[in-house]
Amino acid sequence: MADVIGYNREEKGAQPPSLYLPYKSTEFRAPKQPLVILPHTLSEVTGPVYGHGRVLPIDADLTKQHAGEPLGERIIVSGKLLDENGRPVPHTLVEVWQCNAAGRYIHARDQHPAPLDPNFSGAGRVVTDAEGNYKFTTIKPGAYPWRNQPNAWRPAHIHFSMFGPSFINRLVTQMYFPGDPLFFQDPIFQGIPDEKARERMISRFDLDNTIPEWALAYRFDIVLRGRNATPMED
Amino acid sequence: MSKQRLGQTPSQTVGPFFHYALPYENDSNLIVGDAQGQRIVVEGKVTDGNGDPVPDVMIEIWQANATGKYDHPEDTQNKPVDPGFHGFGRCATDKDGIFRFNTVKPGAVPGPGNSLQAPHLVTFVFGRGMLKQLLTRIYFEDEAHNADDPVLNLVPEARRPTLVARKAGASTYRLDIVLQGEGETVFFDY
Ligand SMILES: [Fe+3]
Repeated sequence: MADVIGYNREEKGAQPPSLYLPYKSTEFRAPKQPLVILPHTLSEVTGPVYGHGRVLPIDADLTKQHAGEPLGERIIVSGKLLDENGRPVPHTLVEVWQCNAAGRYIHARDQHPAPLDPNFSGAGRVVTDAEGNYKFTTIKPGAYPWRNQPNAWRPAHIHFSMFGPSFINRLVTQMYFPGDPLFFQDPIFQGIPDEKARERMISRFDLDNTIPEWALAYRFDIVLRGRNATPMED
Repeated sequence: MSKQRLGQTPSQTVGPFFHYALPYENDSNLIVGDAQGQRIVVEGKVTDGNGDPVPDVMIEIWQANATGKYDHPEDTQNKPVDPGFHGFGRCATDKDGIFRFNTVKPGAVPGPGNSLQAPHLVTFVFGRGMLKQLLTRIYFEDEAHNADDPVLNLVPEARRPTLVARKAGASTYRLDIVLQGEGETVFFDY
């Protein structure tokens, strides 16, 4: 079998280090030994292929998962999954999760004394279409406190998990909202060395996708690693 | 004309609150029907730099079926896909840091050049306190091809055992994942 075509490596400055002491719990969870450089083999350039059967349209509307409407500002979040070469990533699973409008997760370990919303769970899934587009409806998550440093608050964010064409394309990230005043003190956001790369995690207000008298909209495009050699036809 | 390269979206931690979103029914069971091959359990404990169990990480594995075929269009080997087997699994660790997969022993798969890779599970570790996921592999101690596996041979010999699961029962293999410190698992730059 011929050698496989690998994917690009981490973009310098765009990906966080494992050890970033301002984010306290990295201290005992980051490896201390040097990483071993892995060539990309068939094991890395293959990965789980998700079909459409398992994801239902209702999974993409986090405001319709209960009897009533969740509290908060209704928003539509959409965007395109691309690779570094600008090629769409079609038919791949995107999983999202978030806290409610008051800044509280339904998770048992979330002890933030903000109210739960009986009409909001905060988990959704969507498969990208043939052009790599995804779209879901939700409510704008609140900011929430955590114990990393005194008076630490997470900027409002939605957690995203993507598969892509191979297992090494696997990406877990967080989408933020434009103009959030909490970025400066958040070590998770600031853990990305390159400021320009950091800003790629900030969605932009998306007037075109707002629905008058119904919902605001934000756009968040996501770029996965690209192939490090492109086929001849380009 | 080459298009301008787009910048990668940065990785962010999965955080402590993924449990109601990412785990799904039977996520750690890769046997979805009458799967061919040797059925095995792969389990282990995840510990941190203090030696404490890590109860809030998520492990994902990707593997070939028993004949060494990946269910993916880029695996062009002339071997059948096994409809009773799904090559992807996900498992959140429990309160004691334990993960456990029900799967089949994968076959050997092609490696760089004309090499063959010993049976292995491609393994990602996600967690709170981890701004990006860590990549490792799980091999099996009773596989003759380990000695000439092209990836194991890139790893300093003294550290190779951190990638090799030991038999812990008739059909159970055990490999602990040590995020940091004594016996630290080998993680890859990929
Ligand atoms: Fe969060």
